Amino acid sequence: MKVILGFIPLLDCASLVVAAERGFAAQEDLELALVRETSWANIRDRVVVGHFDAAHMLGPMTVASTLGIGHVRVPVIAPFALGLGGNAITVSLRLWEQMTREGSSAESDLASHAAALKRVVTSRETAHREPLTFAMVYPFSCHNYELRYWLAAAGIDPDREVRLIVIPPPFLVDALRAGQIDGFCVGEPWNSVAVHAGVGTIVTATTAIWPFSPEKVLGCRLEWAQRHPKQLASLQRALYRASQWCERPEHRAELATLLAQPRYVGAPADLLRRALEGQLTLTTHSKPTHLENFYVPAQHNATFPWVSHALWFYAQMLRWKQIEFSADHLSAVRSTYRPDLYRAALASINPDIPAVDSKIERFFDGTAFDPEEFNAPR
Amino acid sequence: MHDTGAADRVVAAFRARRFRRYPPLGQNARLHPFVAQPLQLSPQQYLCSRRRGAKMAEQTLRILLVDQNVTRASILEEGLREAGYANVAVVRDMQNLLRRIVDADPDVIFIDLENPNRDVLEQMFQVSRCVRRPIAMFVDHSDTDMIRAAVESGVGAYVVDGLRKERVKSILDMAVSRFNAFSELRDELDRARQELEDRKIIDRAKGILMRERGLSEEAAYGLLRKAAMNENRRLAEVAQSVVTAARLLK
Repeated sequence: MKVILGFIPLLDCASLVVAAERGFAAQEDLELALVRETSWANIRDRVVVGHFDAAHMLGPMTVASTLGIGHVRVPVIAPFALGLGGNAITVSLRLWEQMTREGSSAESDLASHAAALKRVVTSRETAHREPLTFAMVYPFSCHNYELRYWLAAAGIDPDREVRLIVIPPPFLVDALRAGQIDGFCVGEPWNSVAVHAGVGTIVTATTAIWPFSPEKVLGCRLEWAQRHPKQLASLQRALYRASQWCERPEHRAELATLLAQPRYVGAPADLLRRALEGQLTLTTHSKPTHLENFYVPAQHNATFPWVSHALWFYAQMLRWKQIEFSADHLSAVRSTYRPDLYRAALASINPDIPAVDSKIERFFDGTAFDPEEFNAPR
Repeated sequence: MHDTGAADRVVAAFRARRFRRYPPLGQNARLHPFVAQPLQLSPQQYLCSRRRGAKMAEQTLRILLVDQNVTRASILEEGLREAGYANVAVVRDMQNLLRRIVDADPDVIFIDLENPNRDVLEQMFQVSRCVRRPIAMFVDHSDTDMIRAAVESGVGAYVVDGLRKERVKSILDMAVSRFNAFSELRDELDRARQELEDRKIIDRAKGILMRERGLSEEAAYGLLRKAAMNENRRLAEVAQSVVTAARLLK
């Protein structure tokens, strides 16, 4: 059985590549055809029209498609998550210098960085200078919501006091160098590429904003999942075994070399390897810093599609006015992430499947997101 | 398609073969498409366009093409102008994209799907207060076929909210057919180029065999063909091996 999967060249397409290249798909009698895409909008459209059976998707994208924000409303589900973390926030050298003058240092915690950034923003405002511009990769992405969360926690209104724009990952470093943007939030290897090129400093991994935060998922049309339940289960098992393979430290060098190929991520193998190890060089010429659980392919239930993730994305869509609340939407959001399909497919090979569908999500500023809040009468 | 000779050949082939019935537009037509329009049409087409009075209003739609491929953009632009759409703007590079969209103030936007900046465009529509909000075409489910045709041809389309879809269907159809025709021609050109390359290398291999083994041209060709059949390889591949081997043995 042939399954066509779309992907974007980023570190966390690793499980898809390994499933195809290291025999995990073949073990399930699947033949994976991986198709590299250039934009998230293309991924969405080609899943919707059926060119792709499933794809490497941004978690919030599946929710946006299911709700039909800005495009055709087509129920898309996330029956499997493609790991945790892997993102970071990078700022230009000039902004970093301004932040250090306002109290940031390499040792600062996230709250102090944000406070320093707030002072930079305020002083620009008083001097009537252009607001700072930050880039992310897609409006319905963890990058957008994590960046906004961090800015808002420091009292910076992301819609008024800074500009947020979308720039595709391969162009981010050039935009930073050219001074078109002052910072960005993106997945690896692009943060490291900016540091390596001597144009940026990594302020934080987003796992510091939201520990064990989700990222990409396997997304497919609900209709495809209903028509091909066996293939989907086989695909989930192949990806699960592939993610376990990716997790093992002895495979990191091989994985980095595999992903470095131009037909996959096409970035230098040593940068990919350091991202896999969580050994990021935060500023040019400094020693690598170890970031605990920076990118987690399999451990800590990294492949489990938590419904609380989908609900947090929906809460952000409401918070940033991408959509108005409706009870119909809420139930649609709940059925986008499919822990039931995960359990059905993986019960025999994964001994650690959570018994509940949701959990309380905790953030760096001490607040917690309790998905039960949505059950409270409005 | 960076080699301009190739681009010209595609445009020429396109004009000659696909749209022979439309005469090419003159300089004046570009400047005054409405004035020139009736002269471009056959009497039947002219009557047709007169009868459907609404058609003239369609042609005031503002259309923006975002395409990094100069040839393809000009093929579509020309098609739209021939059909009487006077307000067509083309963006080829991505500098100041937002500014250019604001200036063009388009009702309909086309973007090639090879363009990674499609995500940039979509977000501008989402958040910008300076542009009217175009939405991806089409937002109701009955149009999945139309979306499929567009995606297959490699074009993405956005229309300003509130614009009735019947008003833009014919433009989308044109975009789809011109994108398809362009990629067919590009494939054809690639094949022609490949054949030319093959022929060159086969000629060189033949020459080597004729010289080294004293064969006639026909016998040399026969030998290459037989080797290709025996090894189940393309003739050009065998010829390439002969050329490489001869260079190594020199």
